Amino acid sequence: MNILVCISHVPDTTSKINFVENDTQFDTSGVQFIINPNDEFGLTRAIWFKEKGGAQVHVIHVGTATADPTLRKCLAIGADKAFRIDTPAIDGMSVAKELAAFITDNSYDLVIAGRESIDYNGAMVPGMLAALLDIAFVPNCIGLKVDGNNAVAEREIDGGREKLKGKLPMVIGAQKGLVEESDLKIPNMRGIMLARQKPFKVLSPKGSENITKDVIFEKPAPKAAVKLVPADDIDQLIELLHKEANVI
Amino acid sequence: MSILLFAESEKNKLKRNAAEIASYGSAMADELNKDCVAISFNADNAHELGQFGVSKVFNVNNAPQQFDAHVYASVLIYYIKSLGATHIILSSSADAKFLAPLVAANTNAAYVPNVVALPHEQHPLTVKRTTFTNKAFANTTSKAEINIIGVGNNAFGTVEHVVDCVVKNVTVELTASHLEQLSISKETGKATLADADVVVSGGRGLKGPEHWHLIEDLAKVLDAATACSKPVSDMGWRTHDEHVGQTGKPVSTNLYIAIGISGAIQHLAGVNASKVKLVINNDPEAPFFKAADYGIVGDAFEVVPVLTEKLKAFKTQS
Ligand SMILES: Cc1cc2nc3c(=O)[nH]c(=O)nc-3n(C[C@H](O)[C@H](O)[C@H](O)COP(=O)(O)OP(=O)(O)OC[C@H]3O[C@@H](n4cnc5c(N)ncnc54)[C@H](O)[C@@H]3O)c2cc1C
Repeated sequence: MNILVCISHVPDTTSKINFVENDTQFDTSGVQFIINPNDEFGLTRAIWFKEKGGAQVHVIHVGTATADPTLRKCLAIGADKAFRIDTPAIDGMSVAKELAAFITDNSYDLVIAGRESIDYNGAMVPGMLAALLDIAFVPNCIGLKVDGNNAVAEREIDGGREKLKGKLPMVIGAQKGLVEESDLKIPNMRGIMLARQKPFKVLSPKGSENITKDVIFEKPAPKAAVKLVPADDIDQLIELLHKEANVI
Repeated sequence: MSILLFAESEKNKLKRNAAEIASYGSAMADELNKDCVAISFNADNAHELGQFGVSKVFNVNNAPQQFDAHVYASVLIYYIKSLGATHIILSSSADAKFLAPLVAANTNAAYVPNVVALPHEQHPLTVKRTTFTNKAFANTTSKAEINIIGVGNNAFGTVEHVVDCVVKNVTVELTASHLEQLSISKETGKATLADADVVVSGGRGLKGPEHWHLIEDLAKVLDAATACSKPVSDMGWRTHDEHVGQTGKPVSTNLYIAIGISGAIQHLAGVNASKVKLVINNDPEAPFFKAADYGIVGDAFEVVPVLTEKLKAFKTQS
């Protein structure tokens, strides 16, 4: 089985979010970048398929060379081969089109992306990709089994879960719950050394154009100070929630 | 030229978020002087969209009862083409987020999710949305001819605006699905994180799963959904689907009550979009107080039972 995992390179979850150049660009100074957590759940599941059933695991990123350390980390924790399509990722549709073209030229049984990236929160690349390839798509994926030419994937829905069966190839949007937190891998010395020998290819883009663009960013307005209510005056709290905040 | 809405339904009834989508779509239609047409699936009460400014509904009767993204997308694509829709408005539910990218890729439309307000410009279309998991906003422009706007849950609200509403029950040609549903399990009769007005959330400060009756009893009085911080689900005190935050579910409810949760940046990112936040924590230095509207510095084991009892009395009275 050949698995392609789409990797997004995002600011660490503790990053301070600031903007530069008149609020048109994200300020990357001092920011640590990581594998997008949702993608990491997907990659971990892919490596599980490799360990259990000998799957080949490739990772791909659409973006600039700044993401190379993130792709090397993917190789260090078990991916076999990395690709980067060398073009800035401006919107979800252009990224999905670049990925679709790559997948059409190569052949994969399973394409795993994250539910969403934690920076731009588009939650659209995997679905668009599936639609462009006209194959099945399961987002918010919290369970995935493969049996011959079929996959059974569980999707988290509002208030429950749904089990879906479809033919391979299929696109998955991975999220927490697909693997246990304790299964996430930390690169070790051997993995890092091995990664240096693994193929890492930089590819030219097909020139897919973006249709949307984030032009100006804003930070949320500063918050008014909290109203503290004494612990022995719950009546006052209820009064405030009812009359002032109007929420009960 | 129309504005098309996807009005979600479940068990033959419109879902609550349909009212917000209708309010947003009809406000936009009024501004642009366009028609506002809703598409619903197997909804007996589709005419109720008229309370929120929608004058026309195509209620599709031959689609599967259970949401099927591939099939429902084909219906929306059909209507986008046949009505010449320029804007498609849908919610931020799990189903809507499943559907939207499929529709976008098939119609070469732009999809802008997590939108918090009406577009502030039409040429080019410019909308404000949350980004960096609620740590910032982006103003996003689109050069597409068809634009799909995903409205953030509870971001616009509902606006009553009663108009005559004509519902046409229709059957349309459906494409085959890529997926077969094997099973679905859903808690019934309990508010879900996606649509509850109030969410009661517990953290590590509750010390163990055996104390969760504190959270559940309070949630019951308020008809609230329950949630938890990441370590609580990682330790198995609660199931993963209750984990909220940057790597869990986002919450944008009217009232978020955080009990024994410190307010780490990853937790706040996921819940900050909630309108009012009440924090109960015994540490006056807990970072959550900086992000809260109301706070009680106190021991959850003492404060929460009293709060639950008093709210019960308040609810029976009002
Ligand atoms: C990559 C990454 C992603 C993450 N994503 C998330 C996420 O999505 N969601 C999330 O929640 N976290 C996330 N975290 C974890 C986050 O950093 C915090 O560790 C976590 O939110 C802390 O959970 P907590 O507040 O329940 O526990 P703690 O930080 O241990 O806080 C417990 C609180 O309870 C209070 N307390 C103790 N006893 C009492 C009492 N008797 N009465 C009242 N209060 C009491 C304490 O004062 C303290 O403030 C993430 C971390 C990383 C590294």
